[in-house]
Amino acid sequence: MSGSVAATHRRSGDEGLRMAVPRGALFGPCLDLLERAGFDVSPARAESRSLIFELGELTIITMRPSDVPTYVEAGAADLGITGKDVIEEQSDREVYELVDLGFGRCRMVVAALEGDDSLERSASRLGFMRIATKYRLIAERYFESTGRQVEVIEVKGSVELAPLVGLADGIVDLVDTGRTMRENGLAEREQIMVCTARLLANRVAHKLRVDEVDSMIERLRAAGDAPK
Amino acid sequence: MTHPIPQGTRDILPEEMRELRRIEAALRELFDARGYGEVNTPAIEFAAVTDTGDPRLAESAYRFFDPGGELLALRSDMTVPIARVAADRLADAELPLRLQYAGNAYRAPRPGRDRLREFRQAGVELIGAGAPEGTVELLELLVGALDAVGLNRAVVGLGDADLFRQLLDELGVEGVARDRILDRLAAHDLVAIEAEAGDLGDLGEAERGVIVELSSLRGGAEVLDQARKIGGGAVERATSRLAETYRLLTDRGISDRVQLDLGLLRDLGYYTGAILEVYDPAVGQIIGGGGRYDSLMGRFGRELPAAGFALYLERVHIAQTEEERLAREPGPVRSR
Repeated sequence: MSGSVAATHRRSGDEGLRMAVPRGALFGPCLDLLERAGFDVSPARAESRSLIFELGELTIITMRPSDVPTYVEAGAADLGITGKDVIEEQSDREVYELVDLGFGRCRMVVAALEGDDSLERSASRLGFMRIATKYRLIAERYFESTGRQVEVIEVKGSVELAPLVGLADGIVDLVDTGRTMRENGLAEREQIMVCTARLLANRVAHKLRVDEVDSMIERLRAAGDAPK
Repeated sequence: MTHPIPQGTRDILPEEMRELRRIEAALRELFDARGYGEVNTPAIEFAAVTDTGDPRLAESAYRFFDPGGELLALRSDMTVPIARVAADRLADAELPLRLQYAGNAYRAPRPGRDRLREFRQAGVELIGAGAPEGTVELLELLVGALDAVGLNRAVVGLGDADLFRQLLDELGVEGVARDRILDRLAAHDLVAIEAEAGDLGDLGEAERGVIVELSSLRGGAEVLDQARKIGGGAVERATSRLAETYRLLTDRGISDRVQLDLGLLRDLGYYTGAILEVYDPAVGQIIGGGGRYDSLMGRFGRELPAAGFALYLERVHIAQTEEERLAREPGPVRSR
């Protein structure tokens, strides 16, 4: 078993659980869920500059969604919440995926300019399509599994721009309502997967803090099932 | 001007080296005292040998041709080379074979990841002793080894590699669907087992529920009772194997250091029956692993039950450092 040497837990084990919570679109729903599960989340709602909040026996640490698996894998957080899109893109992270929390529902899709056939033209004339995306691995795996060859162009910002100016024939991106895409004249071509928020656990915390982890799973499951 | 070294490798300077040597010396002394003779094998093997041991490991092995055109591989663990030695070089030695090692192994990481490509393991192999006695000897030695390096809080997780294989046989799940489910279980991706439609064979909701429930059971002897309530022949066989082992561990006074874990699966293909992982509360990653590999020796032409464990020395060292620090600075350690 190979592994990172940098990963350490740095704690005595007699403190409460620590949970990595994503900033951004999932932040509100995460706080709602924790509130329904009985935690007083008002400090996290009130303040925007702090990164760490104590909610009684639970500490939440807030970060970019894509950083959540990193903190959980290393044990810097015992539990974490992030989107399936992030987990899938970092699928070699050694974390446990325990619960589908149901909220934050989005779809990963292939899209191209409305009424434009450059995807098909590139596929037949060049043998491959140029796809811009923030999700390199998801895109590569999807096209590979459907027997098509692509050149993946990784971008960090607004992916919709790429087909508009000819950087790519199409994009792979996460859509919620699809409004941004439509406003930029893009149309969805294929759906790759549906993504929702998931509860992750560090492997060692899952083994050594059984009662705390299991009771947190129960609380979150019950809160998730409750009417919103 | 600097001269970089490949990502995933590192230089070790005298202070760390002294500490690593101390860990290895403590382990070697204990293994010697229990009658485990030290062996060393080449870092380079014929690829045919490493592939015989575990085709899945071969995916991440460094492979290359030598000038004569032979395909070679850097060893990606220590167990497979030692199985080769036990089958060929020690064919006439008295059984069981008790062997220890400390050496480097090599695996290629995916690009861009912070994995060690060269890492050091110390451990033992007990070849020719079956379950449960052989397993218990091994677990007792492992707990002793953790104490010998100062990890008195470390816990050994004990599972059964055959539980889900046999359960899926019972449910009639075969082929691609079976491999998929076992992969998902090894990664502990319970959401996929619970919810993914279509590609998991004909598993109904009830069967999925049983698999998720079983794989979440971990703790003391009570988890065996909880598992038995779920029922089925595969569960019954696995729990009775674990119960027998656990009873012997209790007799030897070490069951408090062992956590039964029905969800424990390891991603190496050669494990059969008992599998184990080592955890320390001071580090977030497993610090050792092992188990029974009763069919591995047969692949080298010598059918013998066998089991072993390896401690991942870099992580043992981190755990030791953290435990020492926590002992110096008790109480909450978080900075604000």
